[in-house]
Amino acid sequence: MNGQPIIEIRGLRYRYDTGTLALDGVDFQLFPGETVALLGPNGSGKTTFALHLNGLLRGEGFLSVCGLAMENQNLAEIRRKVGLVFQDSDEQLFMPSVLEDVAFGPLSAGRTAEEAREIALAALDQAGMRYAADKAPYHLSAGEKKRVAVAGVLAMNPEVLVLDEPTTFLDPPAQRDLVALLARLEQSKVLITHDAGLARALASRAVFFERGKIAADGPVEEVVERFHWDAAPPTVPAAAQT
Amino acid sequence: MHHVVLERWSRGASFLHARDARVKVLVLLTYLVALATTTPITPTAVAGYAALVAAASVAARLPLGGVALRAAAVLPFAGTFALFSVLAGDGARAVSLVSKSYLSAAAVLTLAGTTPLPKLVRGLESLGVPRFLTLVIQFLHRYLFVISEQAQHMRLAALARGGGRLRLTHAAGAAATLFGRSYARAEGIHGAMLARGFHGRMELLAEARLGPADVLFLLAGVAAATALRVAVGAAA
Repeated sequence: MNGQPIIEIRGLRYRYDTGTLALDGVDFQLFPGETVALLGPNGSGKTTFALHLNGLLRGEGFLSVCGLAMENQNLAEIRRKVGLVFQDSDEQLFMPSVLEDVAFGPLSAGRTAEEAREIALAALDQAGMRYAADKAPYHLSAGEKKRVAVAGVLAMNPEVLVLDEPTTFLDPPAQRDLVALLARLEQSKVLITHDAGLARALASRAVFFERGKIAADGPVEEVVERFHWDAAPPTVPAAAQT
Repeated sequence: MHHVVLERWSRGASFLHARDARVKVLVLLTYLVALATTTPITPTAVAGYAALVAAASVAARLPLGGVALRAAAVLPFAGTFALFSVLAGDGARAVSLVSKSYLSAAAVLTLAGTTPLPKLVRGLESLGVPRFLTLVIQFLHRYLFVISEQAQHMRLAALARGGGRLRLTHAAGAAATLFGRSYARAEGIHGAMLARGFHGRMELLAEARLGPADVLFLLAGVAAATALRVAVGAAA
């Protein structure tokens, strides 16, 4: 791989207040320019793991991003370096207009209003959403919301993008547009998905989560085959066909 | 939902919408002080204060009926206290309570309907309102949308499964579920804000600057409220 890992995690454990052990000793590395797909059943710990990558959850174990250990004094810098695109865009878009929402990150990072506006417009251009700059986020389609959410993260100029089920709620054309957008972005990516096709299209490596542990880590095709993770075409059992 | 309508109103483009939030807050404060100190309040005074709010609403191109209807939200509270006054034999106080509460609510609605919340909050902060209070306002506003959205989802889910009017026995359970769902959603939103560097202050793209029109509006607004106060005071 290309030099030092951009994210390094050793022995990560996290238990929710309810007592559920969501992560049980996870070791993980992400290298510059790499896209890794996180696969695994519902509740296997993928999203919990993703929330650790920019310090929204803090478990036990070692975690460093771009050489910064996950400690309180590094938290702001780590959150700037790791952009998190949430599964539900409605959670991510909270400002009254698209432009204000995309500018939220740069403004919070201390940029002036003028700089933040330019950065936000550039990010909207990158995501193909400049035409919606003055619209209210809740007037956009699901595909447009997702692209604005990506723009909001790009505006922070992150080194790593973490995308949680990015194609959920999107129709096939919107999925294709989003995949084309993500493929153009140079950042390292961590992609949580149930869609083996999406993993193949964007990732070179896949990590398979099972009960809070990494059960496999290797080329996408190998991992998908080993866990039979390709969606089978829907079939109706013969007995039910009357 | 009231707050959804207010949000839509606040994104209008009238002369009043374009005024600096601080100036609008100061004019509102003058109006509220004038109204509160008008004692006893006569029908002429009520008409005068109502005309001022109506003029502002018309200037802001807000629907007068909508403002009047939504301001009535205070009536159950004001009415309860007014009822106590009537029972105590003080009818004048009851009229004063109801009319002042209603007119105050209409004036506050006119401000909220012409100022997007982030700007209003920044205006309040620069007028010295404590940060803690403005933070509470911001989150309350954001989560009102969350709760109403969750409530609508639950209502649709109930209707889709043949549920009709909510029975009292179901209401408590539904309220608990609504709280749980809203809480989870609010946590998600808070996480998304933190993930993009939120540190307790909503920064704005456009920094507010006082222009000549703002100063003029301030002078005219304060003068109108003060003049009305003096006029109705003298008449009484």
